Amino acid sequence: MFRRVSGLLIAVLLAASACGTSDDTAAPAASSAPAASAPAATELTVFAAASLTETFTELGKTFEAAHPGTTVKFNFGSSATLATQITQGAPADVFAAASPATMKTVTDAGLATGPTVFVKNKLQIAVPPDNPAKVESLKDLTDPKVKVALCAEQVPCGAAAIKALDAAGLKVTPVTLEQDVKATLTKVELGEVDAALVYQTDVIASAGKVTGIAFPEADQAINDYPIATLTKAPAADLAKQFVDLVLSQQGKDVLTKAGFQAP
Amino acid sequence: MNDTDRSPVAGRLPWVLVLPAAIGLVFLVLPLVGLLVRAPWSTLWERLTEPQVLEALRLSLVTATLATVICMVLGVPLAWCLARLAFPGRRVVRALVTVPLVLPPVVGGVALLLALGRRGLVGQWLDSTFGITLPFTTAGVVVAEAFVAMPFLVISVEGALRAADLRFEEAAATLGATRWVVFRRVTLPLIAPGIVAGAVLCWARALGEFGATITFAGNFPGQTQTMPLAVYLALETEPEAAIVLSLVLLAVSVIILASLRDRWVNSP
Repeated sequence: MFRRVSGLLIAVLLAASACGTSDDTAAPAASSAPAASAPAATELTVFAAASLTETFTELGKTFEAAHPGTTVKFNFGSSATLATQITQGAPADVFAAASPATMKTVTDAGLATGPTVFVKNKLQIAVPPDNPAKVESLKDLTDPKVKVALCAEQVPCGAAAIKALDAAGLKVTPVTLEQDVKATLTKVELGEVDAALVYQTDVIASAGKVTGIAFPEADQAINDYPIATLTKAPAADLAKQFVDLVLSQQGKDVLTKAGFQAP
Repeated sequence: MNDTDRSPVAGRLPWVLVLPAAIGLVFLVLPLVGLLVRAPWSTLWERLTEPQVLEALRLSLVTATLATVICMVLGVPLAWCLARLAFPGRRVVRALVTVPLVLPPVVGGVALLLALGRRGLVGQWLDSTFGITLPFTTAGVVVAEAFVAMPFLVISVEGALRAADLRFEEAAATLGATRWVVFRRVTLPLIAPGIVAGAVLCWARALGEFGATITFAGNFPGQTQTMPLAVYLALETEPEAAIVLSLVLLAVSVIILASLRDRWVNSP
C-alpha cells in the first residue's frame, strides 16, 4: 500500500515539475527519453530568445509545411532563463540565444556543441510616437527629467545597453531595470517612460506603437545570436534540419526582413 | 471555546484523512527541501551581508507592512459592508473584490498601469493635478502589493463577520448603542482573530508579490527591487545567489508568521 502511494506521489511530483518548466515545454514524458529508444520523432522543441518570437514562429510554420506530420513547439523567453531551464534538464532540441554568454552556459555544461552565430541585432532608442521628452540622441537620455527604462544587466539587452553607454562615455540613471526586452518595450508603449534602449527588431515588431531612433554608438554593442542543436536532443535529426533552415537563404530573408543583420 | 484540541472520537487514526494529508504536506515541503539541499552553505554568510540583499529585504518588509496597513484600513470596512449591509448588487461587489485573486499578477500590473500609470485613467489626473506618478516609486510597490493582497484580508474578515454571533450586536443595539459604537466595541473585538489571520495572510501574499510589482513599479535597487524581484533577476545569471535570497525570504517570513500565529491566533 505504502509503496503504491509513494509511486503515486512521485508521479504527481514529476507532473508538477514538468508543468513548472514552461507552458510550451510540458512535453509528454516519452519525448524526454533519449532519441535512441524513441520512434521517429514528430515533435521538435525549440528554445529561443524572446526577441526571436515573430521570426521563429514564421520559420516554424515553414518547417512544419516542409515536414508534414511534424509539429514545432517553441519556448520563447529570456535567454538566461532558457539556458537555466536547459541545464536543469528541460527537454529541448534546439537553443537559439540572444547572446554568446547565455549559449556558453549551455555549451559549458556539455549540452550543446559548435554553436553558429546566425544573426546580429543592434540597439535603438525607442520612444513613444509623440516623443514627449524630445529625445533625439543617446546623450538626451542622461537628462534626469527623461524617464528611461533599460533591461537589467543580467539579460542580453541590458548588457548591450551598458556596453553602448560605456562606449559613448555616458551615464544614464534609469527608473527601472526590466526583466526582458519585451517588458522594457511595453513600458514605452504604455507611455510610462520617455525612452528605452531595445533592439531594432523589437521596434519593427511593435508596428508603429513606438518610434525607433538609431544612434552611432549602437555599433559598439552589437549582439551576436548563436544557435545550436542540443546533445541530448530527443529529435536530433529534426533539430539539425531546423538549424539548417535558419541558416539557409530562406531563413536569412525572414530574419533580415524583421530587422536582424546577417552575421 | 477551543475544543478541537481533543479528538472528538477516540480510536484508530483515520487513514483516509491522514494519508492524503501526509502526501499534501510532503508536496508542499519538498520544494523547500530542494532549496535547502542546493544552498551554497559555505558562501552563505558573505552573500547574505551584501548591501543589495539587505536593501531588498528592508524594502520588502517595509512595503509588505505598509500594504497590509492599507488593506486593513480599507478592507475591514469593505468586509463589514459585504457581511452586514444588504444592498443591490452585493454579489457582484463580492465577486469584484476577488478579481485580483484570479487575475494573473502580471495582468494586474498592466491593469494598474492603465489605471494609475502616467497616462492611465486616474494616473493622468494625479500627474497633472498633484504631480504624482506612482510607477517606478516605492509607493507604487505598496499599491501593487495592496491590490494583490487585499482580497485575502477581505475574505477572511467577511468570513469571521458571518461566523460571529449576531446576538451580541443586537443586544448592544437594543441597549442604545449606535452602529459605529456596536462596530467598535462589540464587532471588532469579536472578530479580532479573523482580522489578524487575514492580515497575516495579506502580509505574506504582499511579501511574495512579484508579477504586479515588476510590471507596475518596475525594478530598481533600493527603490522598487523587492526580494522576489531580486531572486528572479539573480536566477538569470547566478542561480546560487537566487537560492540564498529565497532562503532569506523564506526564513524571515516563516519566523514572522510563526511568531504572529502563536501570539494572536488560537493555536494549540
